[in-house]
Amino acid sequence: MSVQVWTWILVGITFSIYFGIAIWARAGSTKEFYVAGGGVSPLANGLATAADWMSAASFISMAGLISFMGYDGSVFLMGWTGGYVLLALLLAPYLRKFGKFTVPDFIGDRYYSNTARTVAVICALIVSFTYVAGQMRGVGIVFSQFLQVDINLGVIIGMTVVLVFAFLGGMKGITYTQVAQYCVLIFAFMVPAFFISMQMTGNIIPQIGMGGTVEDGTFLLDKLDTLHTQLGFKEYTSGSKSTWDVFAITLALMVGTAGLPHVIVRFFTVPKVKDARKSAGLALLFIAILYTTAPAIAVFARTNLIETVSNTEYKEVPEWFKNWENTGLIAWSDKNNDGKIQYVNGSATDGKPKYIDERGKYGERMVSNANDSANELYVDRDIMVLANPEIAKLPNWVIALVAAGGLAAALSTAAGLLLVISTSISHDLIKKQIKPDISEKGELLAARISILVAIIIAGLFGIYPPGFVAAVVALAFGLAAASFFPAIILGIFDKRMNRQGAIVGMIVGITLMLFYMIRYKTGLIGVMDPRPASEWWFGTSPEGFGTVAMVVNVIVSVVISRMTPAPPKDVQEIVENIRIPSGAGEASSH
Amino acid sequence: MTEKQKAAAYWKENLKYLVILLSIWFIVSYGAGILFKDALNTIKLGGFKLGFWFAQQGSIYVFVILIFVYVRLMNKLDKKYGYNE
Repeated sequence: MSVQVWTWILVGITFSIYFGIAIWARAGSTKEFYVAGGGVSPLANGLATAADWMSAASFISMAGLISFMGYDGSVFLMGWTGGYVLLALLLAPYLRKFGKFTVPDFIGDRYYSNTARTVAVICALIVSFTYVAGQMRGVGIVFSQFLQVDINLGVIIGMTVVLVFAFLGGMKGITYTQVAQYCVLIFAFMVPAFFISMQMTGNIIPQIGMGGTVEDGTFLLDKLDTLHTQLGFKEYTSGSKSTWDVFAITLALMVGTAGLPHVIVRFFTVPKVKDARKSAGLALLFIAILYTTAPAIAVFARTNLIETVSNTEYKEVPEWFKNWENTGLIAWSDKNNDGKIQYVNGSATDGKPKYIDERGKYGERMVSNANDSANELYVDRDIMVLANPEIAKLPNWVIALVAAGGLAAALSTAAGLLLVISTSISHDLIKKQIKPDISEKGELLAARISILVAIIIAGLFGIYPPGFVAAVVALAFGLAAASFFPAIILGIFDKRMNRQGAIVGMIVGITLMLFYMIRYKTGLIGVMDPRPASEWWFGTSPEGFGTVAMVVNVIVSVVISRMTPAPPKDVQEIVENIRIPSGAGEASSH
Repeated sequence: MTEKQKAAAYWKENLKYLVILLSIWFIVSYGAGILFKDALNTIKLGGFKLGFWFAQQGSIYVFVILIFVYVRLMNKLDKKYGYNE
């Protein structure tokens, strides 16, 4: 059977499962809608958290990014997993003990202020929308790639699917669909990895195969380093970012992970404090399966790619090359007219390839923006995972499986984020501030309407994307790091922290981060587009700047809190209370 | 011990665990994986340079272990102070 048919079958089956669960897990109360009734087992919560949090970026883009970045890609691996240690040790148990529905809820109560609550809502909305934009784009890419529909139509299909299970089931529906989605995505990620590891190194476990030897007896990593050096790239295992920037980006991603509202809220769904700790551990275990495989896939894919295309006659390239060329994610322009592909360090085109409606003399698609660097090949990073099974000549069903897995990853994360957006609006804004006497039914309706609106906005972001998937996501982490994380941590560990400190800290942190992001990523402030790396503050990239903004947030919060009155007695008692695990009870209704 | 003293003692032990576990967290990732990776890269573990291995895989394994150690320690601590449910 062709890849197409397989894809339709697998996507059809998995989607029916998700829909079935959504209908089975319909939410009837706000408590079910916001925290799945508070009775999720640690295992289910661990699985759901893993799926919630492993996004299109983790599944589709990350291995590809690492493949191109080599050692520098470690920022994603350590950053996106190390945050769970912070989450498990510093946040999850205390927030579970606190026992409300959302992060703004915690901030609003801990800082006895609706201003703080509103600031937190705004931060949650900014973070979630930035992040969800990348997910919708990911959905579009997968659909267009494997089902041969237009990217925009793909986004719309994805929106509709998410709408069904988020709208019907709220957190309850999402939790159980995410459990199914985790199984689909991890299976889809691991199967090709096993095959490819076996093919290249004779060891079926990719984590070990990565350090294994290839046919000629040399270590795979040494071979890749040699290939890289020969072609003028930096050594794969050394990387080219400055030590400070690697440090800053890793920290921003770790702290951002711990501060992401859609991840934190998952720990409100388990019955007890000890379950919150345990499910954080399980979540990381499930995530680690994918995250230790990704660097292996990156190495396999990189080696395969270089060996397949470098100095190969265009006429001789395998079928997949031309397929992906047709989708615009690979481009070749024969600058020296020898009919062979020269793949060396440097960018082949100025920016993304711009295709013209003509074919070159070898049948290649012509681009109008080729430059005069020696490199002739443009490869979009996002295709590395998606094309990998084809590059390694795996059976068609494996290729189709990857499509189903990519969709599961993107849809589960999008659903989790949309829920945070809708909860922030219906619970933290409407119920807590605008209309406190709203009925349960009214609040549920408001939650569903806000999900609908959020999906439409997210879809628009997906159709008009602000940048390529992983870059946008990385910035969402910076925003979370700069805004929430310090307010929550200080709220738990510093009894003296008061509302003045927290509010000013959050505002300064997120404004600074937004300013830096807009200035150095988009060029909207100032004229250059975007500003060159030589102008970065302290040599910090926009991705790593969350670290700086976070530190500023902490300093500002502490200084201001010490200059203003201590928080009232009852708030200090709340803090003492959340530090003790017993008596958590159920996630309280309002 | 009064309730208050008990809570304070529990919190102090908890903080001690946090400091120890987070120090390990810092050493394997920011230490072995970033700051000292060049020095560690001179040592090889099979086909892996050690610093590179810590940055791409080793630290992740340690993170998982750290959380489960924390879960165990805290469960014991909860029992010791009668806070377990």
